[in-house]
Amino acid sequence: MNAATLFGLCGAALAGLGLYGLVTNPEPLRKILAFNLLGSGVFLVFGVVARRAAASGLGGDPVPQAMVITAIVVAFAATAMAIALLLRLLQETGRPTLDADNPAGTDRGNS
Amino acid sequence: MIISSFFDIVLVVLILGIGASTIAAREAFAAIICFVVYGLLLAIAWVRLSAADVALTEAAIGGGMTGMLMLGAVARLRSAEGNDIRTSLPTRLAAGAMCALISAGLATAILVPPEVIPTLAPMVMENLAQSGLGNPVAGVLFVYRALDTLLEKVVLILALLGVWSLAPDGAWGGIPGLRVYTQPSRTLTFLAQLLPPVGIVVAVYMCWVGANEPGGAFQGGTILAAMWLLVMIAGLKRVPAIGQPWLRLLLVVGPVIFLAIGLAGMVLAGAFLAYPSGYAKPLIVTVEFALTLSIGVALGLLAAGPPEQAQRQ
Amino acid sequence: MNLAFDILTVSAVSAGALFFLAGTVGLLRFPDPLTRLHALTKVDNLGVGLVVLGLLPRANGLSGALKLVSIWLLVQLSGAIVTQLIAGAVRQRGPHG
Repeated sequence: MNAATLFGLCGAALAGLGLYGLVTNPEPLRKILAFNLLGSGVFLVFGVVARRAAASGLGGDPVPQAMVITAIVVAFAATAMAIALLLRLLQETGRPTLDADNPAGTDRGNS
Repeated sequence: MIISSFFDIVLVVLILGIGASTIAAREAFAAIICFVVYGLLLAIAWVRLSAADVALTEAAIGGGMTGMLMLGAVARLRSAEGNDIRTSLPTRLAAGAMCALISAGLATAILVPPEVIPTLAPMVMENLAQSGLGNPVAGVLFVYRALDTLLEKVVLILALLGVWSLAPDGAWGGIPGLRVYTQPSRTLTFLAQLLPPVGIVVAVYMCWVGANEPGGAFQGGTILAAMWLLVMIAGLKRVPAIGQPWLRLLLVVGPVIFLAIGLAGMVLAGAFLAYPSGYAKPLIVTVEFALTLSIGVALGLLAAGPPEQAQRQ
Repeated sequence: MNLAFDILTVSAVSAGALFFLAGTVGLLRFPDPLTRLHALTKVDNLGVGLVVLGLLPRANGLSGALKLVSIWLLVQLSGAIVTQLIAGAVRQRGPHG
């Protein structure tokens, strides 16, 4: 098992870990963190594909590497929007939760 | 050989451990610190995969900027109380089983590679010399897939518009609510006076050297954004209102120049985003510098958040 | 000459790693934020400095060596400033603020 395969398995495990965190964590901020973890796991898998396709004296195929650079920037843009939405949710309802049992607004009078 | 695989094994174990503690940490603050460390370890993993440009981008944007965004968010969330309901055990078991299946699927795809591994590297290297670039990743980003890079910059601006649209009506065009030091601390002022000149030189160097060696516009732009945020947070410069014309001009100068060169390519070289022969490198360097400036402003504004105060007239 | 450089590299990097270990143990075991900061500064100064010293023979010429040294100086600068800020915050709010 060479280094690329090892990192590929690591990326697969990270994708599963991130997905688990996204599904099970109730807080939105932890969901955003888990989403970033999931994304970086997938990027690692891309990186392994790039590493395996090394040819013509290069260390890796540059096309998947360029795609991963684009993806990291786009993931950051999505994270920034998600955090802005979360803070706005906090401003509007006073509680940073996506809980469906206490819809935003109806609980304000009681608590 | 043995030592390098030992290093890789230790690195993978560390990455998985930190990833697990990011998910399983009790407090949000601890989870974010774990995430920043995870980003830095991942940058080392990228170097081991011979992807130095990706390592730079991951360390700068994945570790640094995302961590900063999250720390700002958790500072505001600390005063609010969330729901303490944890998902029930059957849900967690079912989710764990499903995620294990997905990981196993990805792992099978990794462990069973195709017999002939498809690669685009020879095609990239064939024509790279014509463009005058020495860095194949820069070649892919600005020559072969220049449309992707242009659209990626537009995506950044779209995300910024999305963040701005969350402003209250009265504050549209106003000053973003970046948390700054109201009483300037002398140590932070010292850092904010000493570091930005160094940071600007490093950013310009990274953008310039990206044509031949690992580097590029995105990495340099991130450092510019970090220096700008440092100066604003230390209180040395006020956070500008987003309605200011110079701010909006800086934001769009990158994609506008890129688009203009692309359209000119339709006339001069026969296809959108084609470069006339012999002029490829100067045009690409111009685009890269304009993009670095725009990316710096865009990332800084994304981290600053939506406007909260109306613009003072 | 190469053997001398290799011995320098291995011993300096190992000593730097030892300081990293000591700083990490201090971070985990010390009771107070201020004492933990004290342990971490050893990592910043001596740990990174020794690693950089060990890597200097393998740098790409003078510019590579200068870049390595400037990395060390930048780590020290940011470490010192952040330590001051954290210590100031601890003093204001108490150790559990």
